[in-house]
Amino acid sequence: MTLAATLAELVSDFKANGRIVIVGASLAGLRGAEALREEGFSGSLTIIGDELYEPYDRPPLSKQVLKGWVPADHTLLPRFREVDAQWRLGVAATGLDRVARQVRLADGEQVPYHRLLIATGTRARQWPNPAEAALEGVFALRSRDDAARLQQALAARPSRVLVIGGGFIGSEVASVCRELDIPVTLTERGPAPLVGALGGVIGEIAAQMQRDHGVDLRCGVSVASLEGDAAGHVRRARLSDGTTVEVDVVLAALGSIRNVEWLQGSGLAAGPWGVGCDAGGRAFDINGVVTDSVYVAGDVARMPHVLYEYQFLAMEHWDNAVFGAEVAAHNMVNLEPHYRPHLLLPGFWSGQFGVNIKSVGVPPFGDEIVFTQGSVKDRSFAAAYGRRGRIVAAVTFDHGKWLEYYARLIEQSAPFPPPPPGWDRPDVMKPVPAEFPAPGVPTAIPDVVLTGHDPNERRAEFRPRGQ
Amino acid sequence: MRIVVDLNRCQGYAQCVYLAHEVFRLTGTEALTYEPNPDDARRLQVERAAAACPVRAIMIDRLDGAERGAAS
Repeated sequence: MTLAATLAELVSDFKANGRIVIVGASLAGLRGAEALREEGFSGSLTIIGDELYEPYDRPPLSKQVLKGWVPADHTLLPRFREVDAQWRLGVAATGLDRVARQVRLADGEQVPYHRLLIATGTRARQWPNPAEAALEGVFALRSRDDAARLQQALAARPSRVLVIGGGFIGSEVASVCRELDIPVTLTERGPAPLVGALGGVIGEIAAQMQRDHGVDLRCGVSVASLEGDAAGHVRRARLSDGTTVEVDVVLAALGSIRNVEWLQGSGLAAGPWGVGCDAGGRAFDINGVVTDSVYVAGDVARMPHVLYEYQFLAMEHWDNAVFGAEVAAHNMVNLEPHYRPHLLLPGFWSGQFGVNIKSVGVPPFGDEIVFTQGSVKDRSFAAAYGRRGRIVAAVTFDHGKWLEYYARLIEQSAPFPPPPPGWDRPDVMKPVPAEFPAPGVPTAIPDVVLTGHDPNERRAEFRPRGQ
Repeated sequence: MRIVVDLNRCQGYAQCVYLAHEVFRLTGTEALTYEPNPDDARRLQVERAAAACPVRAIMIDRLDGAERGAAS
């Protein structure tokens, strides 16, 4: 038998008789499972998820669910094909043994695999003081249960809501509060909301938008402590500037933590920014060697991106979960030279204060910004981000139809400032500093992060010869 | 029934809002929100909305209540 025929038989045997385990039963896990079946994998498939629910969609939670229009349990994701999987829901994975090829579950069971897809995503960062976090009325927002509880609290018409953190989730929740005519205070440690993701120039526009809608916005301050009443319900927040705010609902919108703790001791390149993998989703081990049997997709993956000088990109974006899982699934059941890369241009959206904010590319990779279309005064505009004379990202406020135009320019590394599409030009088109916070300045962490060039974040241990 | 809208792809043409206003809503001029699990009675409306979307951003469940896999 020729080598090529042997390899082809190996692939078809794996597709028929292999055993694949997916850890994570949210968007990436589900789409990965569907893609595996679509690719012709008919072997054993197990999906492990720590939540009790079958896969649901998270973006509606901070918008239509909190508004009270859509119940939190109406967010189940549509299925595009049967996955014929064993679902292990409501039990977390707690360990990975790559030598025995087993995933350890919280109930003690060991689940064997030939190939593994890690899609454990992120969780909400909780208010750091445990006693204060345990006060009634203090919330975080990530899961369906979180959203149901916060929605109930808002429906009870609190006298004032405090949102801690001016990232996208915090700003969206402040927007919902104003739509429900609930007084809301938002504190942001940085100089403006959205500053980590979109920079200070756009952040200032977002700040004015919040104030125009009646948000009591406090920038450059943090929350020092939360105080409860005798019944253990939160009643007051003390801010770093010495002022106090009387509140009865607090949302800690402090960003996310990647779910990598269960991989401790596995020898994979797992760290605070996620699990390092190549552009095809194959996980790196701690020494920067790519593995053959472990794949990563979704929020927990960090992978090098050709458009951003091959820095490892960590993306908490909806389409990164979908397309990253599809690529990983394809590569799990194929061999070189049939591997596919996941070369997604990052993109996200956020509906807040009646405005649709959309972005493509990686804005914090840029250091300049230029307004190219529309009007800032009307909060209907497009702007491009540049770095060293090329366009690297764009943002639109109610100008989403033009985003594709900018996406094509970014993919081509077109010059910055870019040629405007010839319509709707603002009076002034002059690049200005985009005003991203310097590294280390405390503010909301953007949901797409350039995490450097090291496949692992812990250096390999150096052992001198003979020891 | 279950749907999801790819809001990266959505450009706010709002055809869906005209065809199924109980399921799709615009906040402002461009920000779309929707009921992800609408009542089955709305199926025809939702299918028309999906077909009318100029950027094909509305995706509908293809299993329609068949095998989904429940909790373990």
